[in-house]
Amino acid sequence: MTMAGVDVPALSVQDMTVSFGRTRTIVRAVDGVSFSVAPGEIFGIIGESGSGKSTLGRAAVGMITPSAGAVRHGDVDPFALSRAQMNAHRRKYQIIAQDPNAAFNPRMTILESVIEPMAIARTGTRAERRARALEMLDTVALSPEMAMRYPHELSGGQKQRANIARALVLDPEVLVCDEVVAALDVSIQADMLNLFWRLKRDFNLTYLFISHDLNVVSHISDRVAVMYFGKIMEIGPADDVMNRPLHPYSEALRSAEPEIAAYEQRARERIILQGEIPSALNPPAGCRFHTRCPRAVDLCASNEPDQRELIPGRFVACHFAEEMLARFLPVGGGQEAECVSQE
Amino acid sequence: MSATAAKGPVAGPETGMATDKVLLSVEDLKLDLRDENGWVRVLDGVSFDIRPKETLGVVGESGCGKSMTALSIMQLLPPRSARTEGRINFAGRDLLSLSRRQMSRIRGRNISMIFQEPMSALDPVFTVGAQIRETVQCHFDVSKREADERAIDALDSVGIAAPRQVAQLYPMSLSGGMRQRVMIAMALVCEPDLIIADEPTTALDVTIQSQIMDLLLNLSQKRGTAILFITHNLALVSQNCDRMITMYGGQIIEGGPVSEVLARPLHPYTTGLLHSIPDAGRARGTLNAIPGRVPSLRAMPPGCRFEPRCPHATAHCTQAVALERIAERQIRCHRWQELAGSAAPMTAGAL
Repeated sequence: MTMAGVDVPALSVQDMTVSFGRTRTIVRAVDGVSFSVAPGEIFGIIGESGSGKSTLGRAAVGMITPSAGAVRHGDVDPFALSRAQMNAHRRKYQIIAQDPNAAFNPRMTILESVIEPMAIARTGTRAERRARALEMLDTVALSPEMAMRYPHELSGGQKQRANIARALVLDPEVLVCDEVVAALDVSIQADMLNLFWRLKRDFNLTYLFISHDLNVVSHISDRVAVMYFGKIMEIGPADDVMNRPLHPYSEALRSAEPEIAAYEQRARERIILQGEIPSALNPPAGCRFHTRCPRAVDLCASNEPDQRELIPGRFVACHFAEEMLARFLPVGGGQEAECVSQE
Repeated sequence: MSATAAKGPVAGPETGMATDKVLLSVEDLKLDLRDENGWVRVLDGVSFDIRPKETLGVVGESGCGKSMTALSIMQLLPPRSARTEGRINFAGRDLLSLSRRQMSRIRGRNISMIFQEPMSALDPVFTVGAQIRETVQCHFDVSKREADERAIDALDSVGIAAPRQVAQLYPMSLSGGMRQRVMIAMALVCEPDLIIADEPTTALDVTIQSQIMDLLLNLSQKRGTAILFITHNLALVSQNCDRMITMYGGQIIEGGPVSEVLARPLHPYTTGLLHSIPDAGRARGTLNAIPGRVPSLRAMPPGCRFEPRCPHATAHCTQAVALERIAERQIRCHRWQELAGSAAPMTAGAL
């Protein structure tokens, strides 16, 4: 795996803001977000509803134009392309959405739906497109017999597979996966996560993997960004952010996620956040999280913390990040064990 | 809701029984539903007990019959297209033998239900206060003013900061978490003996989920309410339930105390569910997915229903298998003894 560094990132976002509405009722769904994803990397975005993660995903592939900031696909600025150039470029940056039902025309067979993007892009001959569609359906373990069926004849998991096949037929480089396993039962979800991993390896893909599910994101991702209310609270390697969170919000999220624990351990100290995500029309001043943060002090309500790189590769936007970090540093030895023991 | 609020004449069975007694006992429940293709068996011989104050988790994937079990107990299925057999004993009465009128006195008063989607359970054209008041007035002979006060107390008890104001709002102006609090307030306002919570937090964010679970368990513990907690989330069961049952294809396939079932599952399906939960510690691409999918209700395998997907299936598994009881546990598997002997006991740490 390549970390950001010498290579040009497959996808990078710099100070991106996406706002909706006009003057008085303006909502900044994404507010000054920066990150970059290396080629071949799986970059996870965790956030609750209303955190702006889906908007971020859409803007990242060029479906929505950001109101400020920059997006780069490799060294290409997708928003500087002409319409014709963008149509060609779009094949490389695909998005897969949560609900496969909304993604298929109920009057077309699965095969027709998978062929359609190639027909629009005018790749190959009719026979080649058909062969390519069947090949990709086979890759996601859907038989030619399944290909002849209509969407309603497939289960949720099978439809999501077909949806993936359709994204793959045009040889994408980057896939934005927006809640792609959220609608599936856990046994099917496991199968799908294995498939995403295999496809990434076999086709050398780069993923922006968006989900509200901590288990899913931390399992599949190399690095993760934790979003809250349009901003990134923390970025770091998936395992570190999960087990040694440096932002109180990441810590609370981790704590809220129910775990299968030994029965006696279930009474463990849990952080239960008070209140809900504030109104988007009236965002709190200072740190966006201060209204629910168990650590918040006056400073948090007035000054917005800058995002800073606390230790290499770990970016945090919190006034107390140093204190959070100090808990994980080996002071007298054996400290490391303590912070891992709460798993 | 204040405990001092005087109760009006109580319709239906009285509350307050010894804690070691069984509150609800479902025996050999069978449910058939009718669609355009005729009748189909949805629940096949479901039996379980729930005691006062106890939290029983029902887990399983979509279509396993867990919600249908809840709707059968509440008798919320349309009688023309649903047929129920068996016995559902609640506080000494067989619910299946009650008239609609008798049942409606129990529903909301002695047994209440919390649904997954509060928006589809709340009426959009009435304020939440009016809806809770209606529940109170259905079951108690109290004035409108008294019912309103109880509604406001109920909203207060579920942690709503300005209950008097919120009571005057319509459901649409509340967030998902607030709506679910309102549902809980409505479920608790008549101080029922049993709450059936069907995926009460599935539509909510995880930080709101922990608020709601905390609230539900605290209130029920305080009042001695039993909870039948239906979920697909094993981790929620692990943290919140005393006992659990796993359902598959309309049958119970495993049951017992949560601590035992999750530490040493006996059924390959329960094991499979546990192993398919993604985790940061597990190597990518190696999640143990359960192959295949749940068979159609009209084409259930003749033997063990899990047999076509089971990694341990043998020829013997195509024969019918009964639910066995071993001490506090129940298991429906031909090979559980062999498998329990060979498999290394799964510890919570291994997850």
